[in-house]
Amino acid sequence: MKTANHKPGKMKYLNEYRDPELVQEYLGKLQEITTRPWTLMEICGGQTHSLVKNGLLQMLPEKITMVHGPGCPVCVTSMAVIDEAIWLAHQPNVILCSFGDMLRVPGSKESLLEAKAAGADVRILYSPLEAVQLAINNPHKEVVFFAVGFETTAPANALSVVHAHKSGVKNYSILASHVLVPPAMEALLSDPENKIDGFLAAGHVCTIMGMEEYYPIAEKYSTPIVITGFEPVDLLQGILMTVIQLEKGEWRVENQYSRYVQREGNRMAQATMQEVFTVSDRAWRGIGNIPASGYEVNEQYRNYNARKKFNLHLPEVAENENCISGEIMRGLKKPFQCIHFGKACQPEHPLGAPMVSSEGACAAYYHYSSNLAAPLP
Amino acid sequence: MCLAIPGKIVSITAQLDETFRQGKVSFGGILKDINLCMVPNAKVGDYVLVHVGVAISTVDEEEAGQTFEYLRQIGDLDELTASAAVHENGKPQTGQDEIPE
Repeated sequence: MKTANHKPGKMKYLNEYRDPELVQEYLGKLQEITTRPWTLMEICGGQTHSLVKNGLLQMLPEKITMVHGPGCPVCVTSMAVIDEAIWLAHQPNVILCSFGDMLRVPGSKESLLEAKAAGADVRILYSPLEAVQLAINNPHKEVVFFAVGFETTAPANALSVVHAHKSGVKNYSILASHVLVPPAMEALLSDPENKIDGFLAAGHVCTIMGMEEYYPIAEKYSTPIVITGFEPVDLLQGILMTVIQLEKGEWRVENQYSRYVQREGNRMAQATMQEVFTVSDRAWRGIGNIPASGYEVNEQYRNYNARKKFNLHLPEVAENENCISGEIMRGLKKPFQCIHFGKACQPEHPLGAPMVSSEGACAAYYHYSSNLAAPLP
Repeated sequence: MCLAIPGKIVSITAQLDETFRQGKVSFGGILKDINLCMVPNAKVGDYVLVHVGVAISTVDEEEAGQTFEYLRQIGDLDELTASAAVHENGKPQTGQDEIPE
């Protein structure tokens, strides 16, 4: 391997992909080769956050427009599922565990954070495996993990179920609300209003799933897909690889994030997900129902499915009509184009989920608006 | 939420069964207990990519350098394709041949 610019004391495989000189070189090359206007979508909210935080959006050539995709679990988890989590949290014997991002997402009446303030036992955990330990430590309680996330997170959540099962832990279950990237990409591309010319696919999702499922999508919709990482240089290389394809009239699947992503993905992780989950339809907040776009706990592990264990059947709820998150996540509008942005809708009192998570497009624009000198078109 | 960061395995601390391994992973000096069951070939000293307490990939050290080589590679290919017009023998290995002006 050629020597990377690794400096001692910094984090290896991270800092060298933030090199300002290399950023400038990539920007120069992009400027040189871009001849026509192109609209690219980065799928993952982590990529959105990095693009905005590092000020890359206005350093790009004017002809390149980045639109921000639905790859933020906090943003797309439906209000009905948030309500399920809140209902569970209010059950007297339940400890409801969640990743921290989910706590402020508004449900139909309140958020998990408000439920916690009202006395519900809601705990923020870093890993679902900690929830299994919590169940072991609290044998007289029911511990429920709020299992949201894309393909990146699904294996860890599945692993927690396998681990609980193997360890004979019976007071553990998960409220699964997993979402899958490829069906969402297809939903976006088949939209008559679609403006997306090329995709930066989500690097960590592909670390698990590999590249195979993207080939038919690139072919069917004549759209280049470049699997891309999260650091500034990664993102610019992914954008460059996509624009080179677009300028040449090509549509292939390429892998910018090859230091982690292999063509076949992580077989062990895939096997763990297949052990525990089955593919299901899923309602995406702001976008609507997408067939076969999620995971639910399968019949074999039904005792670990909180919906079955607690016989969950809550009434349907309507989403907040004041929030245009659906149009933002479909790449049709920018956060600045929402009349509530930064006014009625702020991170402290969000109208919709993209203002909650730091990976939501609205929150990223809100926090780093100084990096966005003028409202983007 | 799909945040994942690379860290170095400093020790294997538990092996509950043939697949369920745990280890200490150093993130720039900060140590955390990480589940290693999805990276069965990873060993002490390897860098792994960690998401919500679970290692999901091992760093491919060869590939980690490609980002630093890519611009030079496509530059070389520009020259190659320019000469290919004369010698009619392009070298398309990475699929990045001519870029329109």
